[in-house]
Amino acid sequence: MTITIQQVVFIIISAITLISAWIVVTDRNLFHAAIALMASFAGVAGLYILLDAGFLAASQLLVYIGAISILIIFAIMMTRRLMQTTESPYNSQWRWGILGALLAFILLAVLIFQTWPADTFAGPAIVSPATLRGSVTDLGEALVSVDQFVLPFEVASVLLLAALVGAIVIARPEDSQ
Amino acid sequence: MAFDIVQFLESIVKLEMFDYLSKVWAGDVPSWLINGVSDIAGVLIICTFNLLIVLFLIWFERKIIARIQDRIGPNRVGGRYGLLQPVADAMKLMTKEDLTPAGADKIAFNLAPLIVVVAALMMWAVIPFAPGVSGTNLNVGVFYILAISSVSVVALILAGWGSNNKYALLGAFRSVAQLVSYEVPMIMALLIPIILAGTMSTQGIVIQQSIWYVFVVPLSALIFFISALAELGRTPFDLLEAESEIVAGYHIEYSGMKFAMFFLAEFIGTLFMAALFTTIYLGGWRGPGAVQYPILGLFYFSLKMFFVYFLFVWIRGTLPRVRIDQLLNLNWKFLVPLVLALILVVALVSKTMEGAEEWKTAAVLLLSNLILGLLALDFIRRYARQQRSESEEVVEVEETIDTQTVTTAAH
Repeated sequence: MTITIQQVVFIIISAITLISAWIVVTDRNLFHAAIALMASFAGVAGLYILLDAGFLAASQLLVYIGAISILIIFAIMMTRRLMQTTESPYNSQWRWGILGALLAFILLAVLIFQTWPADTFAGPAIVSPATLRGSVTDLGEALVSVDQFVLPFEVASVLLLAALVGAIVIARPEDSQ
Repeated sequence: MAFDIVQFLESIVKLEMFDYLSKVWAGDVPSWLINGVSDIAGVLIICTFNLLIVLFLIWFERKIIARIQDRIGPNRVGGRYGLLQPVADAMKLMTKEDLTPAGADKIAFNLAPLIVVVAALMMWAVIPFAPGVSGTNLNVGVFYILAISSVSVVALILAGWGSNNKYALLGAFRSVAQLVSYEVPMIMALLIPIILAGTMSTQGIVIQQSIWYVFVVPLSALIFFISALAELGRTPFDLLEAESEIVAGYHIEYSGMKFAMFFLAEFIGTLFMAALFTTIYLGGWRGPGAVQYPILGLFYFSLKMFFVYFLFVWIRGTLPRVRIDQLLNLNWKFLVPLVLALILVVALVSKTMEGAEEWKTAAVLLLSNLILGLLALDFIRRYARQQRSESEEVVEVEETIDTQTVTTAAH
């Protein structure tokens, strides 16, 4: 079995994602954990790029690194005492946790190999460049067409609008009169 | 196909050197190697161009600012015009000691200058320099730019927090507030050319612009220009580093090459914004004969880009700094509502005029833009007048109180 360049890149990006995710949960310094979380998000964006999903990758960067990570960092800065935690991030259940995770992994592996046996798996389907080029247009049309996702889209919009108005009402200074 | 020096030179003029070389080597070298090498070479060319052009930009900016302020500017190093001054400055920065403040968060402190330069360089990947010549023609080009520019905000926080300095942290907070706020009108102003062109690809937007968008939607161009100034933290929005208030902002603790990295990113970012403005509003590489001779397209593109850069410098030399409340008021109370109204108008006009001749649509769009702009100006004028009369009333009230206290004291 030969390894293609894409597989090498996939392994590197997955390693970055997983190792930084590991650091997120084990590092005692919360600020460093937040930085590692960003690296993990960036790794996921890299996986999207590898799948030719440029729009998803850009959204991932914009939403997770540009907005959520910054929010998390601000939250950490506001609570400075959290930076000096000395207790271990593990608790007494970690042995059983490993056992559970291992069992879940075996279950998943068995399920996947039963459903899609390795010899019938033909590798990812080759998507034509024309489909990829039109994917953003398709996405946009799917969000506003009546027989697809217009209702969830509008519900989400109204929800966001309500949250926006709520934020303004909370932040407003009380009337001085 | 055999190698031929004349054809090779011709392919350089046509800016398709790698296409030619891959044709020549087609049989002998595996195609993935050719593609890989040409990709890496492209990345190297764009990055090196950006890193080197900064030396020229520093000289250019200092010289222009000096002229505006009736000074001579750098004129000693490197002949009559002081052209080598930035080179000398760079050498000096490289020989400086690399200091890390006590109690600094080393990881964040060292990571920030790296992220800020890499993010500034990555944005160049989607800029079309000439017909068919760009790092990559992403179908989400504009969106990609916005995503990468949001990453550079992270670097500012890392620098501010990692420095263990209250002024650096204050500077970082200011930067984040400003950058995050001005991203809103910038994204929405960029939405208007996307509506008109029907694509998010930068190359596609240039191809669609048979009439430059600055003449079709001047209001959008103006809003984008103002928010780009704020995004870059350039005067009149340079509160991020405001020398007289918080010394230097988030990079106060950096020295030597690490400081130079922030400086570098700032200049690359400014040139990038000029390139983006050129691509989206000034027709990119468009010009007479650009399609036949791509190298002419490159020339037109550079000319327009440096003109926009000159505008940035000109504004820096002309306007004083705004206050933080003015900055945020301008953004949230003026630019955002205006650009929202503009999106509505443009979407309505371009939908109703669908199928009409291009110049007619452009004329109607231009007219609606001008009307909206005039209305906005009238609104500002009234608002300013009202503010002024209110502040005068306050002064009058204070004066009457003063006279009253004086009279009571006399009694």
